[in-house]
Amino acid sequence: MSDTNVGNTPPQDDLPQPVVRKSKLGFSLIWLVPIIAALVGISLLVSHFMSAGPQISVTFLTAEGIEANKTQVKYKNVVIGKVTTMRLSRDRSHITVAIDLDKSASAFATKGTRYWVVRPRIGAGGVSGIDTLLSGAFIGADAGDSDEDQSDFTGLETPPAVTHGAPGRRFVLHASDLGSLDIGSPVYYRRIQVGRIVSYQLDKDGKGVSLQLFIDGPNDRFVTSDTRFWNASGVDVSLGADGLKLNTQSLATVVAGGVAFQDPPGPHNEAPAAEMAEYTLFDDQATAIAPPDGKPRYIRMRFAHSLRGLTVDAPVELLGMKVGRVVSVNLDYDPTTKTFPVIVGALVYPQRLGQAHEKLAKAVGGPDDDTMFPRIMSGLVGHGLRAQARSGNLLTGQLYIALDFDPKAPKVAFDASAKPVEIPTTPGDFDHLQEQISSIVDKVEKIPFDSIGRNLDGSLKELHGTLKQVNTDLLPEAKKTLQGVNQTVGTANDALSEDSPLQRNIAGTLEELQRTVRSVRAFTDYLGRHPEALLRGRGSDAPPKISTPSPKQGKEEQP
Amino acid sequence: MNAPPRGRDLGLMSCHVCRLVTAWTEEPHAVCPRCGSPLHARKTGSITRAWALLLAAALFYIPANVFPIMRTQSLSSKDDNTILSGIVELWRAGSPGLAVIVFTASIIVPMLKFIILGYLLVSVQRSSGFVSRQRTKLYRFVELVGYWSMLDVFVVAILSALVHFKILSRVEPLPGVVYFGVVVVLTMLSAMSFDPRLIWDNRKTSQ
Ligand SMILES: [Zn+2]
Repeated sequence: MSDTNVGNTPPQDDLPQPVVRKSKLGFSLIWLVPIIAALVGISLLVSHFMSAGPQISVTFLTAEGIEANKTQVKYKNVVIGKVTTMRLSRDRSHITVAIDLDKSASAFATKGTRYWVVRPRIGAGGVSGIDTLLSGAFIGADAGDSDEDQSDFTGLETPPAVTHGAPGRRFVLHASDLGSLDIGSPVYYRRIQVGRIVSYQLDKDGKGVSLQLFIDGPNDRFVTSDTRFWNASGVDVSLGADGLKLNTQSLATVVAGGVAFQDPPGPHNEAPAAEMAEYTLFDDQATAIAPPDGKPRYIRMRFAHSLRGLTVDAPVELLGMKVGRVVSVNLDYDPTTKTFPVIVGALVYPQRLGQAHEKLAKAVGGPDDDTMFPRIMSGLVGHGLRAQARSGNLLTGQLYIALDFDPKAPKVAFDASAKPVEIPTTPGDFDHLQEQISSIVDKVEKIPFDSIGRNLDGSLKELHGTLKQVNTDLLPEAKKTLQGVNQTVGTANDALSEDSPLQRNIAGTLEELQRTVRSVRAFTDYLGRHPEALLRGRGSDAPPKISTPSPKQGKEEQP
Repeated sequence: MNAPPRGRDLGLMSCHVCRLVTAWTEEPHAVCPRCGSPLHARKTGSITRAWALLLAAALFYIPANVFPIMRTQSLSSKDDNTILSGIVELWRAGSPGLAVIVFTASIIVPMLKFIILGYLLVSVQRSSGFVSRQRTKLYRFVELVGYWSMLDVFVVAILSALVHFKILSRVEPLPGVVYFGVVVVLTMLSAMSFDPRLIWDNRKTSQ
């Protein structure tokens, strides 16, 4: 309120006076704004912490398709988390992926949960993960049952074939090799797919493969303790007496392989098998369904001659029944005889003999253990059981081992305690044949072909001289004779011709004879009517009409 | 230095709305006798209001930067971008110019506003008479750039509206952009609440 500017100021009274209203509130409402802002911020913070689920880390062999802050974790295609960071392990052997799970997915941070990367996969059995071609890979999750918390997981490299809690049961198959089977290969029961192969691994000793398969419920009840599994891969073509048979489970098994199972025919255990029951995987249906082979027994045979054509896996047959197979063919040297015998090892399955085996066992008696087989064999060898290499296929010369009874076989000592059991042998049928042929050849050789030849030569020379003589002397004579014959025949011909004098004479004679016969008939007729004429001579009544009385008639009347 | 007299010196004040010149009063709840608008020589509670709004803006600036503002969805990917990651992505994708613009509009400008407004408020509260003219220029600068701070919000709004090809590609706004918009609005309000005349109140009037 200085005085300096008073001159420019209008009088206070002229100016409008501001209206004064009473304040309603004592404090400035504007502070509500930052308070609200703070509240919002705090609520965001709280909700973030509330919604934050557990943090887990999963290791994978490769980070292919995984991107930090992008790759999602899904369970049944619902997003349950996200990859936050990714780093290489110190030894560079794998990568570790950190995942932030949603609060609702805290159950996935428990023991037994499995994680795997879902990528597009193309296998023989089909295509999976097609959607990831466009959306990018994601991490699949499958929770276990455990409540125990776990935050470090090892990721699966392949998706699990069976999700947790799916109805069904797992079984284990043992096979000698994997064949064309793979994870996901179908399992068929009566040609309906009821399960699939879940995993496989080499046995610890490396001598086989164990496959785990999963049969979906409720079909898992068809697997009993007696069920047989076989490899249904590929095409089974068999040529039998009833023609060509082509057998396959489905087109898929031809490409992708598969396993089929069935109960054996006949009475068997119908109760469903326990989980993780173990079975053998047979190569084909026929062997699978066949009665079990039981424990194989090793036998050894010593052949004194060559066994060309005998290969490992050649059959061993007892009276035409296949009871085993050859497992080894080796050459040996006998220093005493200075020969090379062939040692053939074979596995035989005595139980393939079925009833015969049981009866044999009963007959032999004694404990049913490892000594049983040698005792049975001892008896059989005593009755003439001999091994023989026979030709199974004349075209290829394949041999098989035949166990047959040869009553004429010379007695041999059989050592029942020897291990392995050694079966005496006889030469094979082919050897017999060879012997016979060689004896024939011997006999043929004894024939004196030289002297036979010489004699034959002389005889032929003689024959040659004889023929020459025939040609020079005999043939002209014969010619002359034939000419004479020809003339005679011509004369005879003339004599027999129609107008020949002989012919005419004969005709005249015959006519004369005819007339004579007629006169005789007239005479006999007259005599019939006038028998007295014989005494009185001919009466007055007319004599019978005779055209030309023959001179003979008169002559006959005379006597 | 002979400065011109102030309205207070002359016992005058004016209505902000209808520009009616009235007698001076210190009464904070006075209203204009003509139009009824609040009447005050200086904006009432200017500093308090500016501070409150600035504080709120700063608070909201945290979620605005932490939360993603935009989701770009295409056939092969789904990207959630915060302001910063969006800028990084632009830079990497080969648009450094665009990245600089967005960076300026979304990061530098809000930060400048916080700093400048804070400085102005502090300096006014401490009754500093230092470089008053320059400080006024700063204030005008804040008012000017305020309009451009909404750039990010506009980008998101326009993209969301335009890029909408169902599964092929889609842009969706995410909550972060709301917080960012609130920040911009609050800073503008804060700047508006600030009465630049306060800068000059401490100068010595020539008596
Ligand atoms: Zn007014």
